[in-house]
Amino acid sequence: MTKGSIGQGAGAGGINPALLRGLTQRRMPRRDFLGVAGKGVGLLSLSAFLASCGIAGSASRDAQRRVDWQTFWAQQKKTDVLDFANWPLYIDTEHGKSESLELFTRATGIKVNYEAVIQNNEPFYATIEPQLAAGESTGYDLAVFTNGWNLTQLIDSNFLVALDHSKLPNFARYASDLVRNPNYDPGNQYSVTWQTGFTGIAYNTKYIDREITSFDDLADPAFSGHVGMMNDNVELGSAALLQMGVNPETSTPKDWVESTKWLKKQRPLVSGYYDQSYIQHLENGDTWITQAWSGDVFQANQSGYPHLKFVVPKEGQIVWHDNMVILRGARNPLSALEWMNFYYTPKIAGIVEDWVNYACPVPDARQYILNVLDDPTVANSPLVFPSPSIDSLSHEYYVYKDYDEYQLWNDTYNPVIES
Amino acid sequence: MTNVATTRVREPSRLRRWVSRHSPPYVLSLLGVGWMLLFFLIPLGSGLIVSLETGNPVRGYNLTWNWHIYSQIFVHSDIPYTTFFIRSLIYGGSATIFCILIAYPMAYFIAFRVSERWKSSLLLLVLISFFVSFVIRTDMWAFVLADQGIVITTLRHLHLVGKNFHILGTAGAVIGGDVYNNLAFMVLPIYVALEKIDLRILEAARDLYANTRQVFLRTVLPLSRAGIFAGVLLVFISTVGDPVNSALLGGANTYTIGQAIQDAYLNNQQFNVAAALSTILMAMLGLIMFVYARVFGTENIENLV
Amino acid sequence: MATGARHEPRDRRSPWLAIFYWLVIVVTSVPILVMVIYSFNNAPTSRITFAWNGFTTYWYRNLGQVSGLTHAFLVSIEVAVISSLISVIIGTPLSMALGRYKFWGMGSINALVFADIAAPAIVVGAASLSFFLSINLNTGLLTILIAHVAFNVAYVVVVVRARLSGMDRSIEDAARDLGANPFVTFYRITLPLLWPALLAAFLLALAMSIDDYVITSFIAGSTVTFPLFVYGAAKVGLPPQVLCFGTLIFFVGLTLALANGFLNRRHLAVRAATEDSLTK
Repeated sequence: MTKGSIGQGAGAGGINPALLRGLTQRRMPRRDFLGVAGKGVGLLSLSAFLASCGIAGSASRDAQRRVDWQTFWAQQKKTDVLDFANWPLYIDTEHGKSESLELFTRATGIKVNYEAVIQNNEPFYATIEPQLAAGESTGYDLAVFTNGWNLTQLIDSNFLVALDHSKLPNFARYASDLVRNPNYDPGNQYSVTWQTGFTGIAYNTKYIDREITSFDDLADPAFSGHVGMMNDNVELGSAALLQMGVNPETSTPKDWVESTKWLKKQRPLVSGYYDQSYIQHLENGDTWITQAWSGDVFQANQSGYPHLKFVVPKEGQIVWHDNMVILRGARNPLSALEWMNFYYTPKIAGIVEDWVNYACPVPDARQYILNVLDDPTVANSPLVFPSPSIDSLSHEYYVYKDYDEYQLWNDTYNPVIES
Repeated sequence: MTNVATTRVREPSRLRRWVSRHSPPYVLSLLGVGWMLLFFLIPLGSGLIVSLETGNPVRGYNLTWNWHIYSQIFVHSDIPYTTFFIRSLIYGGSATIFCILIAYPMAYFIAFRVSERWKSSLLLLVLISFFVSFVIRTDMWAFVLADQGIVITTLRHLHLVGKNFHILGTAGAVIGGDVYNNLAFMVLPIYVALEKIDLRILEAARDLYANTRQVFLRTVLPLSRAGIFAGVLLVFISTVGDPVNSALLGGANTYTIGQAIQDAYLNNQQFNVAAALSTILMAMLGLIMFVYARVFGTENIENLV
Repeated sequence: MATGARHEPRDRRSPWLAIFYWLVIVVTSVPILVMVIYSFNNAPTSRITFAWNGFTTYWYRNLGQVSGLTHAFLVSIEVAVISSLISVIIGTPLSMALGRYKFWGMGSINALVFADIAAPAIVVGAASLSFFLSINLNTGLLTILIAHVAFNVAYVVVVVRARLSGMDRSIEDAARDLGANPFVTFYRITLPLLWPALLAAFLLALAMSIDDYVITSFIAGSTVTFPLFVYGAAKVGLPPQVLCFGTLIFFVGLTLALANGFLNRRHLAVRAATEDSLTK
């Protein structure tokens, strides 16, 4: 019995009776149906049993993770490997080799497995959190996190190894005051800054003739369909708050809601909310103007895109610190400390900075870059070696009191991105 | 003369006989079915259970039978999940239809217009793009279709499109990517169904004065329905939930439910919301496929998959 | 008996169908061509660019330069081989059960296999993550293997079951008549006859596993597989070595498929010849 096409029977005045029979015919004998239903119930109860344990949060088993750090460090033995997770475009690279890492290996005999796997704080945190909560190794010794909710979580949940500053004499000697004793990690107990950076605006001078000076330029209808914004809630929200004239550090939830109005107005012009991939779209020419991280743009200038420009908006820019931390369960914590100490010298920080072009945590590196590497552009850039004029324009992120506040911020800005 | 009574063989008990006759299929299936039950079916149940939990990543999640979350997603949410569902269904439906329109002629060509020795080679050509990794081939399309890429610069050179024309970031790009990545899944089942058609039926139809169009519409098409059904099943289900095409080829306004589920799990760690979205997606797809199967009444699809 | 070759009479054929077919093939080959060509493009920034900068084999000679890429590739291969082997080993007995016997529960198991293939990857990935979180099993290499076997088993069953249903059982019956027990029958008769299907199933599982992105992205934890690496690397621009790996995978896959087809044809020819000689 072929059903044929539905249209065939319709001419006979209504629905084809064969079709109706087919639709309502019981396909499954009662016995089989009971069997399936029974299996379904059994499955559900089994799953319920399994899941009744729920999912542990990061705060659980917190007490188990407290450790006497002096004993911890006394027990550590030297190893010859370092697993280093970092963001892309964040270390000097020439043909796949990194001079700073090579110098490190030559000086200490430690081989570095460098993996640029961090695209943003949240997804990377979500990746390693279950292992950290279970007390297992994440596969990484050293990771780099921006100051913010995820870093605070790592510290509060005892997911980080406290640093032994007796092994970090270079940090004490060379670190800039801006990165010493930050408010998010008093006494640098768990972290030392890798790079400081600025979030401002970048644009393509080939497509945009005029001067870009303000966040309002990101909402210019002339650039419709070629505007990029970041999909990191913290960056997006902070930019919107600055546009409103509000300092993110002292903003209130009411300000947050208010700032979404501008974002929603801007939305039809936006071609995409990007993570690290904004730089790709900027270089491609798909995006003409976007929120951007200072160093990325300078690197692009050096690598064949001299027509891209980074500007500090007149309302201000965001300053953040990316920090090296040692994760609990790390197999080679001593190697991680060695690298931290090795990095905090004018020479190595200079080599890295000359390539990465973010704000350097070692002020003495400036002389090295100027004299030895002979690169006055980088050495004299106020965004690599900040001056007080930059300070007044730079603002920090808002600091959340607890998860609920963090959730509130996300709930305010997520609907802008996910729409 | 030997005593027959002492050489009597002990007969196995009825139970043992029953077991040895009926047990082979169960013993054979044990490992395979067990694995699928434990690591495919039960996780689906897990997903439902997790959706009913409440909590946050810091304090942890606990089962509170929070059925409320389903209404929250559709009614109270700031994030327009309903829009994402509808959008994904539209992308999936369009991709499926385009797939049928492109795949059917191709399958027909290979089944009826080609001599025997070339059939498998031509079929292989259809599959050829599948030998490139999924992420790479979608990336390559993003590369080719970028504003500064080959296609658009050529079109601009020929003055066929304006300065503001772009392909990436549109729904069309996403649907195009979906069609591209699923074409083979539609071609193969249709081809298999067409291959099974006895040519004599077509001859008979022609003998009965049917022209080419009627032969196709009245004979070939209905007989290949099962193939189309299998293809639709595979393509529709695959495209509705896909997060990759919309992430790589789409933009701000092509956010799909697949991306939402991925972000909820992997960015926000909102496990309960993510699990709820995933369960709704599964139920939705199941329902649509069930209705589709009833309407088109095909039962033996396993033979085509 | 169908008359002669299985195609419509020549005088009725219009060329449009053929043109359409080849047009589609050309379009679908574009990404492959682009990939192969740009893997030879000299890129001064070590990331692929649109402009053609000259032919070079540098990237092929320096595959290991991109940190993490080779490792991710090896992890993918490892997972693919192991999961495919396991899938074939546990999938083949299941196929035999489904293809040879009629038993209670058969319909449900067939439905389960079908559901496994048809289920959307995102739902499977999400559900698997929920499951592993609930039972406190940490995501990583082990969970990747578990999930890959879970979906590969279904593919294996489909391929092998199809072959089984087309197989002539009289040879096995003959073996049993001659006194062979089930194990010997399987080992000496069934397995050699089933061999092409097992190989095809293994290759299919291999391909499905190496290529899988969505499911793996959920349950990989901090382990990076090749598709995961490519997806991440694409954000700042793909290194040309990725295209090189892609090209290599492409040609290896193509060769394997061609070899499989060739072996099949030979196999069929040998069987036909054997049957001919037996019936003489």
